[in-house]
Amino acid sequence: MNPAGKRAWSGLYLFVVFAILYAPILYLVVYSFNSGGTMHGYEGFTLEWYGEVFSDVRLLIIVLNTLVIALLSSAISTVLGVIGALAIYRVRRQQSRNALLSLNNVLIVSPDVVIGASFLILFTMIGLQLGFISVLVAHIAFSVPIVVLMVLPKLQEMNPSLLDAARDLGASGWGVLTKVVLPVIRPGIFAGFFMALTYSLDDFAVTFFVTGNGFSTLSVEIYSRARQGVSLSINALSTLLFLVTIALVIGYYLISLRNSRPAEGGQSR
Amino acid sequence: MRSNARNYYLIPYLAWIALFVVAPIALIVYYSFHDIEGGFTLDNYAKFFTPVYLKMALSSFWYALLITLFSLLVAYPTALILTRTKHKQLWLLLIILPSWVNLLLKAYAFIGLFGTYGLANALLETIGIGRKQILFTDFSFVFVAVYIFIPFMILPIFNSLEEMNKSLIHAARDLGASAWTTFRRVIFPLTLGGVKAGCQAVFIPALSLFMLTRLIAGNRVITLGTAIEQHFLVTMDWGMGATIAVFLVIIMALIMVVTGQGRGSIR
Repeated sequence: MNPAGKRAWSGLYLFVVFAILYAPILYLVVYSFNSGGTMHGYEGFTLEWYGEVFSDVRLLIIVLNTLVIALLSSAISTVLGVIGALAIYRVRRQQSRNALLSLNNVLIVSPDVVIGASFLILFTMIGLQLGFISVLVAHIAFSVPIVVLMVLPKLQEMNPSLLDAARDLGASGWGVLTKVVLPVIRPGIFAGFFMALTYSLDDFAVTFFVTGNGFSTLSVEIYSRARQGVSLSINALSTLLFLVTIALVIGYYLISLRNSRPAEGGQSR
Repeated sequence: MRSNARNYYLIPYLAWIALFVVAPIALIVYYSFHDIEGGFTLDNYAKFFTPVYLKMALSSFWYALLITLFSLLVAYPTALILTRTKHKQLWLLLIILPSWVNLLLKAYAFIGLFGTYGLANALLETIGIGRKQILFTDFSFVFVAVYIFIPFMILPIFNSLEEMNKSLIHAARDLGASAWTTFRRVIFPLTLGGVKAGCQAVFIPALSLFMLTRLIAGNRVITLGTAIEQHFLVTMDWGMGATIAVFLVIIMALIMVVTGQGRGSIR
């Protein structure tokens, strides 16, 4: 096949993949403005469903809960994850290091149903009331290994003579950490925090297990509403969420652009 | 230099491992040997090997296999084409963007799309096939699952394609290999790591899907994940649920051994 034809076909293929990937999202967005009240047969433009979202106090509280859980859990898990990465980095024996890494990865590769079920047993055993705290603890627990995996490569890329230099120049352990190590691994920390945030916002299965009766996050709420059938206020809500997601992604993209430039400069020097 | 300082960082980290990695696994195993009243029993394991549970495990496997296969078939060409575009990082970002949209919302969207009067049926009607029951079928379950997992398949394959030494392709072509031979003998073998990582990232979650089985497959499909959820949250038979979870973990470990180390999936 000639190159032009080949390019046309691959362009078409990519177009179809993109179309399918975005169709459901666009579908939700379009019908969030449907005055007909169903997800078929577009009748006319309305903002009624958005009004419904903003007057639904229960839903707004759930949105707030979800955000608080996501921000708190990713902040705490980022701190724990950085500590974990530093711990693994400092272990010298290859075997122990690999063992730690394997243990670290258990929660990443475990099916979330298993994580949810085992956390439910754990929380019940230690007598933790199911609700805000149990969901928060669960989210922290499953976000830590992701942060570790994002930070550890940055630590390993770091030039060890930087640390020697800092020590020789009289920096304390704390000084080396805050003035040398943390700035060098900052892109990894940001990436880890962001990943933890998205994991937390996206989680359904684990939360579903450990949430108990009184407390709910968006995923769990959408699940119980979707089981009852179509309601266009979910569409309106998802449109809003999608906008927030895009804003987050653009923000992340800009941060990573800004981060990558000085790093590249540093390597070439 | 690293060895001089005591590794105090290990203390909180090991505490996390003990509490949230080791303890949960131990508790799952512990519960799998106990019946609903809390007495020691091996009945759960005996029950798992009855036809009811074995059939469920097999069908769960079958669906996960189908989902992985279709994801790979769609994702590989996509990743390959992506690496050849300009602004590929931007395109990649656009591919990943839908995976950041809440899973539940995407499932919910498909309830609308595949509904009796939804877009899919409208399309079928215009091309003359007519309305079909799409929602609550095996097809819709596999389709939506593939839809959800595709970015996780594309990403590792894309990365391994990017890491591949491009001059090898030129070398193969210069030595007279056709495009297909180059792909079969050079590109695909060199990106096998990414393919394995992608399959791992899809197969294991696909085994344990439980929300889609209810929303999209209308309880027709019962995966191992659905069964665990059912036992823990509906019938409250934690022992049996834990037993299924033990098997799920064993299967997972086996898959990891077969497809190589699990660390590849993240890098």
